[in-house]
Amino acid sequence: MAYVVERKPLTLAERLYLPQIFAGLRITLKHLFAPNVTLQYPEERPVIPSGYRGVPTLVRDPQGREKCVSCQLCEFVCPPKAIRITPGSVPADQPDRLHIEKAPQAFEIDMLRCIYCGLCQEVCPEEAIFLQNQYSLSGYTRAEMVNDKARLYELGGTLPDQHYKWDKKKAAAEHGNTH
Amino acid sequence: MTALYQYWLNLPLVLQMVIKGLAVIGFMFPFGGACSLIERKISAWMQGRHGPNRAIPFWIAWVPIIGPLLQRLGVFHLMADGGKMFFKEDPIPGHVNKFYFVLAPIVAMIPALTTVSVVPFGAYIDAAGQLVPLILADVDVGLLALFAVSSLGVYALILAGWASNSKYPFLGGVRASAQLISYELSMSLSILPVFLWVNAPGGSGTLSLFAVVQAQSGPWHAWSGLWFIFTMPVAALIFLVSLFAETNRLPFDMAEGEADLVGGFHTEYGSLKWGLFFVAEYSHMLIGSGVFVLLFLGGWNPLPWLPLATFAGWLGLAGNPLVVGALSIVIFLSKVLFFVFLFMWVRWTVPRFRYDQVMKLGWQKLLPLAIGNLIVYALVIAWVQVKN
Repeated sequence: MAYVVERKPLTLAERLYLPQIFAGLRITLKHLFAPNVTLQYPEERPVIPSGYRGVPTLVRDPQGREKCVSCQLCEFVCPPKAIRITPGSVPADQPDRLHIEKAPQAFEIDMLRCIYCGLCQEVCPEEAIFLQNQYSLSGYTRAEMVNDKARLYELGGTLPDQHYKWDKKKAAAEHGNTH
Repeated sequence: MTALYQYWLNLPLVLQMVIKGLAVIGFMFPFGGACSLIERKISAWMQGRHGPNRAIPFWIAWVPIIGPLLQRLGVFHLMADGGKMFFKEDPIPGHVNKFYFVLAPIVAMIPALTTVSVVPFGAYIDAAGQLVPLILADVDVGLLALFAVSSLGVYALILAGWASNSKYPFLGGVRASAQLISYELSMSLSILPVFLWVNAPGGSGTLSLFAVVQAQSGPWHAWSGLWFIFTMPVAALIFLVSLFAETNRLPFDMAEGEADLVGGFHTEYGSLKWGLFFVAEYSHMLIGSGVFVLLFLGGWNPLPWLPLATFAGWLGLAGNPLVVGALSIVIFLSKVLFFVFLFMWVRWTVPRFRYDQVMKLGWQKLLPLAIGNLIVYALVIAWVQVKN
């Protein structure tokens, strides 16, 4: 419902305007001596909050094994089509992973396209891709801004694993039950 | 030392004056530039930022504590800015009137540096015990000359606005001229009570600023020891507000008006010509603050009821004109610097007025107030002086 706001006539102090200016001067003087809030960036770095969505990276499990199975779900879900995966088979020098169907031969994320939405991390059934803390990246050429597989693993490092999904699958297959 | 002094006294008077004048200009010009740095730092601190603190020549970075401190204070940004202004390309847009376009910054600088000649910036005690002002030209028309010359400064803004031949500078120039004319009236009227008081009947009339300071240097408990800001607070207030308007500072930032006029009168200017406008603006601020300090805050007297001569006597400097002179300059300059700070302080406190509010304040509030103030003080002064 419409109603009329009652506007009181200004008091003498308000019409003089000076008390208000002095009050304002007091406030700005307080700010003059208040500590600065600016971060001196290259020397001081911001504290990254948990859950921060930085550069997407590939991670290894605590045994140092590659987790990505090249299912390409992230590639399909990626809204700006920043991810390119070339699927391949698991290399023969990793005998404990030979039961896994596939591994990425090449894995590229174009950081000029990436929008840091985190959908790849959300969709990954293997918990192999994570958006981690890195927020600052630069390069001289477009090609430099494409993170290849080696670089993605270098950035990602190792994260703890609660499931060891493929070890369980292997054990289950060896004991004759699928689950 | 004495040989040098003798050599100085034997120089032709014209040469002495030229050297003194150049010394003062050589102080004003870089100081105007330094004010821009002070402004940037104070603005930053008031906004919770650090402000410019990066530039440092590598050989000063080797000095242990002082080097980083100077860097943090941004001192070298001043030189970096100045160097940039001098050496960057100086573009003249194709659509401007070249003659007046180039003339405008010069016209801005000239009154800014000329007015300083009638402003005393210190005093010393000579062998005869007389207080002698440190001033380039202690003329009797003093303040009148200052007002006359400093109001020429508005022509620079009008010229710049007109010669730029584009709409925002033009609007800025028009606003500046209207504003400066409006506030000059109340400014001149507000200081009349001061001169009514100084020029008591019987003495020879003067508008010299030195005489005004002398009238504020009385001993303990004498009326003449009180600064005029205490005896004439309304006049001081009107003068201060008009000063903000005259120097085009916020909240009377009509001529520039970044928000609505891009850069106002200097939109089309770049590099050193733009820099000259700013040095001129800061010089006006300095001189305006200086005049306020001289008129209402006792000039080089350290405290009310404590004239410079007494203060120097306490410190045992009475026979040392050089040191007393330096002391008076330091006292005067620190008061002026406080006002420069006040200008910046107010800038970040009071939002800009709308243009009609500026005009209303000038014509409908300050002018009647100044006239009323003049009449009241004329009556009071007449009564006081008849009684004595």
